[in-house]
Amino acid sequence: MSFLELNDLRVHFPTDDGLVKSVDGLTFKLERGKTLGIVGESGSGKSVTSLAILGLHKGGRAMISGEIWLDGEELVSASAEHVRTLRGKKMAMIFQDPLSAMHPYYTVGAQIVEAYRIHHHVSKAVARKHAIDMLGRVGIPQPERRIDSYPHEFSGGMRQRAMIAMALSCDPELLIADEPTTALDVTVQAQILDLMRDLQQEFNSALIIITHDLGVVAELSDDILVMYGGKCIEYGTAEDIFERPEHPYTWGLLGSMPRLDRARTERLMPIKGTPPSLINVPSGCAFHPRCAFEGRTGGKANTQVPELLETEGGHLVRCHLPREERRAIWENEIKPNLESV
Amino acid sequence: MSESPEPLLSVQGLEKHFPITKGLIKRQVGAVKAVDGLSFDVVKGETLGLVGESGCGKTTTGRLITRLLEPTGGKVVFEGRDITHMSQGALRPLRRDMQMIFQDPYSSLNPRHTVGAIVGAPFRIQGVKTEHGTKKAVQDILELVGLNPEHYNRYPHEFSGGQRQRIGIARTLALKPKLIIADEPVSALDVSIQAQVVNLLEDLQNELDLTYVVIAHDLSVVRHISDRVAVMYLGKIVEIADRQALYEAPMHPYTTALLSAVPVPDVKRRTERERIRLQGDVPSPLNPPSACRFHTRCWKAQEICKTVEPPLAELATGHQVACHFPENAPKDAVPGDAGTAVPA
Repeated sequence: MSFLELNDLRVHFPTDDGLVKSVDGLTFKLERGKTLGIVGESGSGKSVTSLAILGLHKGGRAMISGEIWLDGEELVSASAEHVRTLRGKKMAMIFQDPLSAMHPYYTVGAQIVEAYRIHHHVSKAVARKHAIDMLGRVGIPQPERRIDSYPHEFSGGMRQRAMIAMALSCDPELLIADEPTTALDVTVQAQILDLMRDLQQEFNSALIIITHDLGVVAELSDDILVMYGGKCIEYGTAEDIFERPEHPYTWGLLGSMPRLDRARTERLMPIKGTPPSLINVPSGCAFHPRCAFEGRTGGKANTQVPELLETEGGHLVRCHLPREERRAIWENEIKPNLESV
Repeated sequence: MSESPEPLLSVQGLEKHFPITKGLIKRQVGAVKAVDGLSFDVVKGETLGLVGESGCGKTTTGRLITRLLEPTGGKVVFEGRDITHMSQGALRPLRRDMQMIFQDPYSSLNPRHTVGAIVGAPFRIQGVKTEHGTKKAVQDILELVGLNPEHYNRYPHEFSGGQRQRIGIARTLALKPKLIIADEPVSALDVSIQAQVVNLLEDLQNELDLTYVVIAHDLSVVRHISDRVAVMYLGKIVEIADRQALYEAPMHPYTTALLSAVPVPDVKRRTERERIRLQGDVPSPLNPPSACRFHTRCWKAQEICKTVEPPLAELATGHQVACHFPENAPKDAVPGDAGTAVPA
């Protein structure tokens, strides 16, 4: 069994307008020392997935089914108290906005010390020393002085580093980073990505990085999962997704993005329409109203939900188009346009 | 640009210092030099991209040009007229020609007004009468930006982020302006929607002969839409050049560092890419470093960078850079010539 396994995870929220199926049957595996990138637009269910793994929906209105196995333990059926003992030590999270994720009344040091002392029975002095170590490790200058600063006294990049220090203070085996660099400037983003890569190698932890930025995913991930409307629509190694993607939505994402490493394309190739409402998910394939190749599925697109099937060596695609046709479209119609001058 | 005699917009030595006051009598104890001596021209029909990290003054620049903020120094010349200290009353007719697109499509539209009222507001405020009435004019514009004209009576909350940004663009276009300042027009949108809006902005430019100043932090988006690009750092322009020159042969070390920091979606080359990693954060504009403001993070910095401020000098045609040790510079160019340099 893998270190982390999700089996048909479903997270549904009942609302006055209907049932919101934020995550609707998600299955994946992740090993220690590996990085999984989860990509998707807003409302695709990527953040809800991470909160479900951490057990942060417990006690709320969410209806969760399926299985989450972390190191041999099942978490969906586990009690909230038990999951709490795992949070911090076994698994930890880096949030997008460190200013709202940190408590403004306590010093950065106090917040790291608190988490450390919950999991380790040590004196305040020892915990403080550990916190200073951690702040130094993530590259905060003069950690012995900065430990007594409040979150608002840090710059954005420093705050994100402090959050990483907090998340790593108990050596978690699973680290989930939800848009860790979206709020940061590019030069600081590059520093944080380097830091996360180095720390992951040092701790050999499993890392899930959730983002809408394909560039960030490409920098860090071993495997990539593309989500759309609460479902995984394509899964594969980073090479699979960037070199031979097979889902029209993935093509659309690649075509939407101006790229600095290629000659400038005259025109971007956006996906038409807007992301679907999760209350009224389109029938059949959730992507079909926006899909440019919907007409080639023989009328199946809006009646049948396509299955997530393996095309080759662990590369999974949820699409009605036959495999040969997908490959032909990618090679002949999509790829040349992405590289044109 | 030298070949065009009359720029549509000319910014000369523009400054905005926000005072910092202290105590009961609000004694001024310092100033945040958000924009500190900017000069550039924008010619008709072109797109100028303004890039930089947060706090570099790019948004302030946009607001100074449109006079949403009062400049504390320098000049803004629009179509040959100095509008720097024009009264609000005198400025109003000019607002037709100069419009702004805002970043956040959620907070920039009044939630209690219908789309028709929002897009029709410019006609009402400016007292513009159109041939077939305001409603027809508004519906024409909605169609132009790719919205359904029948949505005239709907409210902003009924639309998605991308559609709201289109409503904002429709309002901007209502009076057929000549210059549009777009402040982060796509950064709040999803990737697939970003591309739609970028394409829309390009189509509108071709159709209506618009001139854009696009303020953004995303270097790939800026390269896609701009003809010329200005890079800002702590309230100053450090480099300004044609798109191709700037992206292919950047001269300022900061530009080089910015470009190499952008994550590239290419898994084959992720290990072999050479990167320049800047240390630390952007310094506070409250106490900017002396002379060249980039010297605290620059790997090429030497003694002269701390004492003599490099002027923004034209080292190649249309390529200006403020650096003592520029990269990719032609051999005969004299960067940061001591004769013209301003001692700090």
